Amino acid sequence: MLEVRVARRLGALDLAIELSLDRETVLVAGPNGAGKSTLLRLLLGVLRPDAGRVAVDGAVLFDGDAAIDVPAEERRLAYLPQDYALFPHLDVLGNATFGLSALDRRERVRRATGWLERLGAGHLLDRSPSALSGGERQRVALARALVRTPRALLLDEPFASLDPIARRQLRASLSGWLREWRLPALIVSHDPADAELADRIAVVEDGRVVQQGTSSELRRAPASAFVAELTGTAAAVPEPVP
Amino acid sequence: MSLRRANAWGASQACASALLVGFLLVPVAALVLTLRWADFLDGLRHPLLLPALRLSLLTTGTSLALVVVLGSLLAWRIARNPGRVSRWMEAITQLPAVIPPAVAGVGLLLAFGRRGLFGGWLAAHGIAPAFTTPAVVMAEAFVSAPFFVQAAIAAFRRVDENLLVVARTLGASPFRTFLRVGLPLAGPGLVAGAAMSWARSLGEFGATLLFAGNLTGRTQTLPLAVYTAMESDLRAAQALSLVMVAVAFALLFVLRRMAPGAALPAPEARGA
Repeated sequence: MLEVRVARRLGALDLAIELSLDRETVLVAGPNGAGKSTLLRLLLGVLRPDAGRVAVDGAVLFDGDAAIDVPAEERRLAYLPQDYALFPHLDVLGNATFGLSALDRRERVRRATGWLERLGAGHLLDRSPSALSGGERQRVALARALVRTPRALLLDEPFASLDPIARRQLRASLSGWLREWRLPALIVSHDPADAELADRIAVVEDGRVVQQGTSSELRRAPASAFVAELTGTAAAVPEPVP
Repeated sequence: MSLRRANAWGASQACASALLVGFLLVPVAALVLTLRWADFLDGLRHPLLLPALRLSLLTTGTSLALVVVLGSLLAWRIARNPGRVSRWMEAITQLPAVIPPAVAGVGLLLAFGRRGLFGGWLAAHGIAPAFTTPAVVMAEAFVSAPFFVQAAIAAFRRVDENLLVVARTLGASPFRTFLRVGLPLAGPGLVAGAAMSWARSLGEFGATLLFAGNLTGRTQTLPLAVYTAMESDLRAAQALSLVMVAVAFALLFVLRRMAPGAALPAPEARGA
């Protein structure tokens, strides 16, 4: 269970978002500059909310009133940025073991290779990230995040940097994995096709959640032109008068 | 017409290149070519050489270590916290690069000399750096720091912010993130900056002369020894100069070998 209530002003953006995720996948969709990536940074603990409360599985990560602000390295949230951010100076195994420094070397390697194999990247151990395809990078980045048994998964545009074929394959794989792991997962995306991954969709515009629901609920009654566009019902909504 | 213009442009580039490269090469070549082997060996036995060489290696090594350690932390802070304070700190660290070394020497004397701003306070604690070996280190650190700090800031700025965020989410503290991600990725840039900074402090003359003096074995570094030898014996000065050139080339070669910059992959090729 991931409970989010955060507010933050940042330049022109005035963000105030409330979201609650059970062990389900929620797609956060919205136009560029709506505050999607800022929301992730607020949750990760690399950007401090002005006010609010973030809790996961009962553990409070941030509480403005109680002056609680757990540092990013202790939040145990898995984060996959758009380009996957593999460490270019480490090989695949070095990347996958990065988050396990508390363990001894044999246990680190055992756990990392276990996850790499589960995600179909077990044959890449000594490869450099620059020698991997986009799909392989995503698998390695997922394994690197999951070895730490995270409490929730945050993905920023997980397929944006892939070619269409890899995108379709990985979307299918990720969909299966998400069902298997049953972690609260937040996927930030502006691609309507990513909706098939999600149990629910939360549409963010100008720093606010303007509509939430399953994709059929959104299609039935789109609350804004963007939602209509996203769900492919744009024609049903009258054009705004200029 | 346009072809003739193109030819003229090509010819001007060739002339300018030949002129400048020649001008830069000739003095170094003259150092080597105008010295007979026997004179060189005589010069090597000059009594100023060994103390000056030892002192130069000791002081430039110390100032380099100081500049690299303090400069890395400063550069990381400036690179990761854009803002007015950082801009001011960056500007201040560049100041010594544009101040003439002799002026730097006067400034150091007025700050840390016996009658300087902090001279009285330092003397009360039993410290009087002016005209001692530590003064040489201070002069060298002062003039060489900008070269390292500037290179380090540029290298740290090139490190992808996302890598640092991911490192944090993988359990690395800010310090460990700096150590395991920031430093290795900025490594080649840091080594290149250290090489430039070291070369600058090895050649340092003016600030050292004014703030530390020219005392054999205590403050007389290689450039000061060359200057002193010039007064009595041009051959000895030339031999000392050649030793400096050799030392500089050797150390720069080692540093370049330590930073195989070209062999490192670019900070993660974007996309698929």
